[in-house]
Amino acid sequence: MTGLVIDDVSMTFELPNGGNVEALKNINLQINEGELLSVLGPSGCGKTTLLNILAGFLAPTDGTMSMNGHAITGPHSERGMVFQQGALFEWMNVAKNIGFGPKMKGTPQAEIDAKVTELLGIVGLQDFAEKMIYEMSGGMQQRVALARCLANDPDIILMDEPLGALDALTREKMQSLVLDIWKKTGKTIILITHSVEEALLLGERLLVMAPRPGRVHKEYNLPFAEMGVGADLREVKRHPDFGPKRDEILSMIWDMEEEIMGRTESA
Amino acid sequence: MLQEVFDVIVTTLRMVVGITIIMAVFLLVSMGLSYLHGLYARGRGAAKGYTSLKTVTFGDESAVTANRFASVAAIVTIFLLWCIATGSSLIPTVLPPPFVGETEFEYTARNAQGDTDTATVFVQVYGSDAERPDKPESMPLGEGFAKNDYVQIVERRTKVLKAQNNDEGGKEDGYEVIEINGTPVTREETVPFGKGEIYMTKQGSLSVRPSTGLTMEALYLPPPEKVWSSFITLNKEGYQGVGLWENVFWSLIRVVIGFSLGCLFGIPLGFAMGLNSWLRGWFDPIVEFMRPVPPLALIPLVIIWFGIGEQGKISLLFLAALWIMTIAARAGVSGVNISKVHAAYSLGATRRQLLSKVILPNSLPEIFTGARVAMGVCWGTVVAAELVAAEKGAGKMIIAASKFSLTDIVIIGIIIIGVIGYGIDVLMRMAENKLVPWKGRG
Repeated sequence: MTGLVIDDVSMTFELPNGGNVEALKNINLQINEGELLSVLGPSGCGKTTLLNILAGFLAPTDGTMSMNGHAITGPHSERGMVFQQGALFEWMNVAKNIGFGPKMKGTPQAEIDAKVTELLGIVGLQDFAEKMIYEMSGGMQQRVALARCLANDPDIILMDEPLGALDALTREKMQSLVLDIWKKTGKTIILITHSVEEALLLGERLLVMAPRPGRVHKEYNLPFAEMGVGADLREVKRHPDFGPKRDEILSMIWDMEEEIMGRTESA
Repeated sequence: MLQEVFDVIVTTLRMVVGITIIMAVFLLVSMGLSYLHGLYARGRGAAKGYTSLKTVTFGDESAVTANRFASVAAIVTIFLLWCIATGSSLIPTVLPPPFVGETEFEYTARNAQGDTDTATVFVQVYGSDAERPDKPESMPLGEGFAKNDYVQIVERRTKVLKAQNNDEGGKEDGYEVIEINGTPVTREETVPFGKGEIYMTKQGSLSVRPSTGLTMEALYLPPPEKVWSSFITLNKEGYQGVGLWENVFWSLIRVVIGFSLGCLFGIPLGFAMGLNSWLRGWFDPIVEFMRPVPPLALIPLVIIWFGIGEQGKISLLFLAALWIMTIAARAGVSGVNISKVHAAYSLGATRRQLLSKVILPNSLPEIFTGARVAMGVCWGTVVAAELVAAEKGAGKMIIAASKFSLTDIVIIGIIIIGVIGYGIDVLMRMAENKLVPWKGRG
């Protein structure tokens, strides 16, 4: 079976005071090859936990996951990860950061160099190969992070709010870049975000998660990602279906947050 | 006990007054110079750049930079105060120096028969570092039964003179000195004379005290030119058969070896503690216990174990550096952003690759901070250890010199120790900027 299969995964944390938190409860999901999935939800819905489980950084308390037919037991280079920020290696320049994965595998230097040059082109950083990480802006750093992930040629890319720390303009450019990369490379991408617009734009499929316990609340199949490839994203946002969808999801999340607040207050 | 505590409190209060006075003088000079510098800098566009446009500077640490003019002026001020306090020949006299030269006074004596006569005492005061001058071949003894005297005194020193010894009948009972320069004097009383004062002792002798002036004695603080000339001599001849730089070299070599050993074992130990629960638990009590023990407290034990040879000192420095480096390396490991570790594993790194390619470089800034601290501690410890027991070394040189009251050598030693300590820190900072340019910018 190809793609990523999540079979009845639950995650329960024990609190120091003896209580339990059900971060995830009975998640069942099948992600096909080449799919672009965005995951949205209020804070505390377990979306980052889910991603960490998929990446292999956490073991679920229940359930199994498999990737291309074999079980996920730990981090692996078949599952690349793009973090929000702070995951680049400051002591290396851009080219060395991007070439890190292949280098760890012992790929010949000439091959790494060719790969790095190609990826620098894809993320639009041709002239920055020799720059140090701390000399670059947040947006450029995320481009490097994307390229570093792609250099390893993973089967799936897990993105944990990769654009969350960027300003609105940079964010828009990066959204186009993510779509481009998805189309060009055909990779499976799971993207976690707390921005409804971003989830709509960057999700062929969109999961809205709900908290306490963390679960999949609703699932959408959307046309906007396909439209956005190579197009102006603002154009996509003006599509007659976009606004209503956004409002629908916004009120859904709004209600969830209200519910949590109410529950906390009454508790 | 209570009395001792009380004495300590009194001493402390007196120190507060003293420190306040010294600081006040220094700050007054500083304020004066600051005002003058302000007058000079005004209208010259001295302040440039972005910072000069900030209106909120009081409280904005980034807007406060060291004024280089003030730094230079402070050093010059300290040097001048040194010159003034010691009556240096480099500057015109400010404080009255101690009296040196020839002077005289007259005394009037009454003999047992009740007659009085006057004689002169010739006083020659010579400098402490000058040769003792020859006594005059002959001296007029004067007429009458009281005879003139001649006395030689080192500057700032006192000499007791039995003026009546050479007088006719001076040893009879009832013979007494009754006036100095016409001022009546009795036993245990002080009378001033032209260049100092005279105290008459219980036994009726005259204690001659030439004026000591207000400058400091070279024994306590030698003037700069004297320190400089000692430096030249020391540089040429060394002290007690060991060259000045040989002493410094030995101190440095001990620090370098002890520090290197500390790094060699401390950094892996710190990594081990940062990476493994068992090892952290295993070493935690030792590290946490040894960390607050000042290395100086280990000197006696180290001497008992290893004697006063090189091994003892190097062991001491090793122990001084070891815990600092261990803790720095451990902090370096725990300071690694977990995202970086996750990223490295997701990119296919093995544990060994993670250690060498991620954790080691990522902890370099912490390790460098620790190394700077360790170097400072080692340098302080080596000097202290040499004070206690050593054959060679900067500390040994100054403690040996102090035993012979060679204050100038002590001061040279202290200045060299300070300059080298500062130099080490500057070098470490330069190495840090070169090797971990990403520090604080991650």
